[in-house]
This record gives sequence, C-alpha cells and structure tokens, in this order.
Amino acid sequence: MEPIMAIVVGLLYAAAIYMMLRRSIVKLVIGLMLISNAANLLIFTSAGMTRGGPPLIPEGSVLPEGVIADPLPQALILTAIVIAFGVLAFAVVLIHRAYNILRTDNLDQMKDTDT
Amino acid sequence: MSLEVALPIIIPLMTGTLCVMLWRYNVIQRVLSLVGSLALLGVSIWLLVSVIEHGHVVMYMGNWVAPFGITLVADMLSAIMVVLTGMMAVAIAIFSLSSASPSHERFGYYPLMHLLLAGVAGSFLTGDIFNLYVWFEVMLIASFALLILGGERAQMEGAVKYVTLNLLSSAIFLSAIGLLYGITGTLNMADIAVKLGAAEHTGMVDVIAVMFLIAFGIKAAAFPLFFWLPASYHTGPVAVSALFAGLLTKVGVYALFRVFTLIFNQNVDFTHELLLWMAALTMLTGVLGAAAQFEFRRILSFHIVSQIGYMILGLALYTPLAIIGGVFYIMHHIIVKTNLFLISGITHRLLGCYDLKKLGGVYKARPFLSVLFLIPALSLAGIPPLSGFFAKFIIIRAGVEASAWVVTGIALLVGLLTLYSMIKIWAEVFWKPLPEGQDDTALTLGKTPSSLVILYIPVILLALCTLYIGLNGQPIYDLAEFSARQLLNPQAYIDAVLGGGS
Repeated sequence: MEPIMAIVVGLLYAAAIYMMLRRSIVKLVIGLMLISNAANLLIFTSAGMTRGGPPLIPEGSVLPEGVIADPLPQALILTAIVIAFGVLAFAVVLIHRAYNILRTDNLDQMKDTDT
Repeated sequence: MSLEVALPIIIPLMTGTLCVMLWRYNVIQRVLSLVGSLALLGVSIWLLVSVIEHGHVVMYMGNWVAPFGITLVADMLSAIMVVLTGMMAVAIAIFSLSSASPSHERFGYYPLMHLLLAGVAGSFLTGDIFNLYVWFEVMLIASFALLILGGERAQMEGAVKYVTLNLLSSAIFLSAIGLLYGITGTLNMADIAVKLGAAEHTGMVDVIAVMFLIAFGIKAAAFPLFFWLPASYHTGPVAVSALFAGLLTKVGVYALFRVFTLIFNQNVDFTHELLLWMAALTMLTGVLGAAAQFEFRRILSFHIVSQIGYMILGLALYTPLAIIGGVFYIMHHIIVKTNLFLISGITHRLLGCYDLKKLGGVYKARPFLSVLFLIPALSLAGIPPLSGFFAKFIIIRAGVEASAWVVTGIALLVGLLTLYSMIKIWAEVFWKPLPEGQDDTALTLGKTPSSLVILYIPVILLALCTLYIGLNGQPIYDLAEFSARQLLNPQAYIDAVLGGGS
C-alpha cells in the first residue's frame, strides 16, 4: 500500500507545483489547494499505514486490545485540513478582490511592487 | 502551574476577542488595545523574571504530562522574544492611536493586531512542533488580513505574493513535520531531540533538516527565499509594516534557532555550513537590493533581509560567542527596525509620500525628528556607541575566532553598505531642500499638533531603548549569554520538559 500512496503523494506535489508555476492566479490557488492535500496525505502515509481497530481502551484495562491504528496522524490531518480550509477561503476572496482591483488574472502583470 | 507562560498568549487573545465584541466602538477598542498591550508587556516581564530565576519554565496544557500533551516552554530566548513582542505591541498601540484611519478601524484593525500578537507569542512559547505550525497559521491569517486593510492596488499585488509564498512555506513545514513524525513517532520537540539523538543518523534526517531550513527560511526571508518581503511589506498601513518588520520575520529566525540547536544538532558540519552560506548571501543580496531603491519603506524592507543574515550567521557559526551575538542582534534589530518604520510613517504624515526623490527639507523644519531618525539609522549601520555596534562587534568577533574569514569579510562590507543606505535616506529626506512643487504645509506648521505628538511618543521610547542598549549593554549581554548557554546545552531543556511536573 505504501508504494502506491508514495506515488499518489508525489503526483499531487508535482501537479501542485506545476499549477503554481502557471500565470493565472486561479491556477495558483488550485496549486495551493493541491499542495496542502499532498502534505496531509504525506503525514498519513509516513506515520505508517496499519490495518487496525479504533484506538479505544476497553473498560477495566489500561491497554487497548490487538493492533490499533495510530490516532495522532488523523488528529494532525484534521487540524491541518481545517486550517488549510480557512486559509484557502481567504485566498479565494483575495484573488477575487485582486482581480476586481487590478483587472487582470495574469501574475506577469503584477510587477508594480517588485521594482 | 506556571501561569506566566500561558498569559502572554491568553492576554492578546482576550483583548482581540473583546475588541471584536465592541466592533462598533472604535474609541473603546483603541483604549482596550493600549491596555491589552501594556498588560502583555507586564506579563512578559514577569515571565522574564521567572525564567531568570528558574532557567526553564514549563507548563503542561490540560495537565497532560509531556510528551503526551501540548507543552508550553519558556527558556531565555523565548522570554526575551516575548518581552520584545510586548514592547513592540505597546509602541504600535500608541502609534495607532493617531495613525490608524477610521476605515481601517472599521474593518477590524485592533482585533487582527492582537490575534497576530497571540500567534507570535504562541510561536515563541510552544514546545510542540505541530503546535508551532498552528501558531504560525494564526499569525499568518491575521497578517494577511492586516496587510490588505485599505484594499489599494499595490496592497493587492503585494498580498498575492505574500500569501502564496507563506502558504507554500507552511505546506513544506507541514510535510517536514509529517516525515519527522514518521521517524520519531512524537511531536514534542524535547522528545524528538531525544529520539533523534538515540536513533542511527540517516540521510533522511538531513533531508528533513533542509525542509525545515527552507520552510523557516521563507518565513525569515533568508536568501534565496526572500523575494516576497520587499514586494509586500511596504504596501500595508505604516503601523502594520512596522509591526511586521519588527516581529514576523523574527519568528522565522526564532524557529531556526530553536530547531537547529535543539533537534538538528547531530550533523552540524552539513546543516550549519549550509546556514553559513545562506547567511552570507542573505546579508549581501539584502544590502545590494537596498542600494538600488528610492522608496523609504522599500529600502528599510531590503535592510530587514540583510539584517536577518547577521542573525542566521550567529546561529551558523554555532560557537557560544556567536549565539550570544545572534540573540543580541535580534534584540537590537527588532527595536531599531520598528522604530525606522515608524519614523517613515511620520515623514509620510508630514509630506504625504514615501518616494525619496519627492521628500526633503525635514531637517530644517523638524530637527528633533531628524535626530530621532539618526539614532536608529546609525545604530542599524553599527556606529558606536549605539546598540548595533555591539551586536555587529560580537558577531564579527565570533567570526574571526571561528576563522570564517570570507563570511566575516562580507559582514563588515555589508555594515559599510548599510551606512551608505542610511546616509542616502538622510541626505534625500532630511538634508536636501524640499523639491519644488511639493506641499509643505504640514511640515512647516509652527506648532506641533497633538496627533503628531502621539506619533512621536513610541519613536522616542524606542530610541531611548537603543541608546540604553548602546550605553549600558552589559545587562542585555548577560541575558544573551544566559540564553546562549541554554541553547548550546539542549539537555537542560529536555530535562525540564520531560522531567514531568513542575
């Protein structure tokens, strides 16, 4: 399973970077979305993919029974998804406002503050 | 319970929340913002005193003992950074009393400012690597919104670059956390340090170290990842630029200091050598960029980049004296740089623009303001007896002792070029007569209006800090030495965090 996931993660990163190198700000934001998903999937994969039960401890014992899945990466990913969602919502509004004010979606024409 | 570790985060969060509740009452928000900032400064000094007394102050969130819960840790470096955050918060809160326009205040200027401060303080105090990511995001989202307050053309362009590169940096940071968790199975920084120290050193650790280097390098605006900074910092409202200039990049520098002394200290030959050349090129490109600019705040932005190089140089040399120099440099730099941005705001208030070619005649009309500019400007260039001289002196001495001749030579050259930039601003803005056709009514007005006096107060206070560090540097040097001792002895940090209960 891990090799397949590794390839999927790699493809996602490649697609994200490709999109970010485009000239359109819409594609830029799509790239940012993809890269945050790629990072989440990377956490999921690198933390070890185990087929196991939920990490619940039965009443009366101090250790969970059998093979359990590590709950921490899932908590991390959940947090990261929420954060990425909020930040991307901001980014979408920003490119909308930027388009309204600048009347262009081409990054090459946004050079006034560079020089 | 060590409440002083949590309060620097709670106070700005509470202040921000109260400001949101009082959305329509701008005057109350202004007062609240000032009170909240003063309270932040107060508890940060409490934290500093506590750290001087105990060495490390640790607090377990929800009483989940490390490494299971999230830990807040303050060592000397964190405490120093939090105190500086408090000082900048007060300075900006006073400056904002007069500089924030009603349209900015209506769109949540004060809540965002305090949310930003909470994110910054949280980043300095957390002992958990994923929690650090969360605080970074808190800080970023607040800074995004602050940067585009006003919604002008240049702000939109600057914000697109700023947002993109910072989100990219966050994604790299998150990926590195994921890989690090895959190796160590823990998120507590002290525990990661123990696990990595015990495990066999593999190439993967170096890869992760470089990923952290890139992620924090983007935040700290180090070479070759700094291009977003001079493209965006000069576009926001001036108080916001000043706050960003003082604090935001320094969070990246702090994270570099933390991670590359505590976690990635096994393969110093590789990581710190990389940092060394990064530092040298950061110094050089920053100062050369500044030499080509003719916009007040853009010159200052490029100088942030070049000064970041000195701080990273302190870390990269990795000797006790160099770390002292790096910490001392951060202290000096935050105060001086914020002050210079605030002064650019005052000249903007007087003459209505930031373009050096259109400015002039300030010395004749306002000699006092000119002296106030000279103090931080000469300090930035490293003229004795101001704070910058000692900061540069310690770093360059550490470079000579480590026989890093090329880098030390670059550091000296960059000092000279910094002086050139500052003299350029002095000659254009203060010395030369005002160009024909510029409106000089605000400048030559005989009596200083009270709105201007408020703008002067933080500038005077920060200039006094610069003078104090310059004339009586020993106590500040002692603090830096204390923190360098702790940074180079990560075992004490690990023991304090994993020791289980305070």
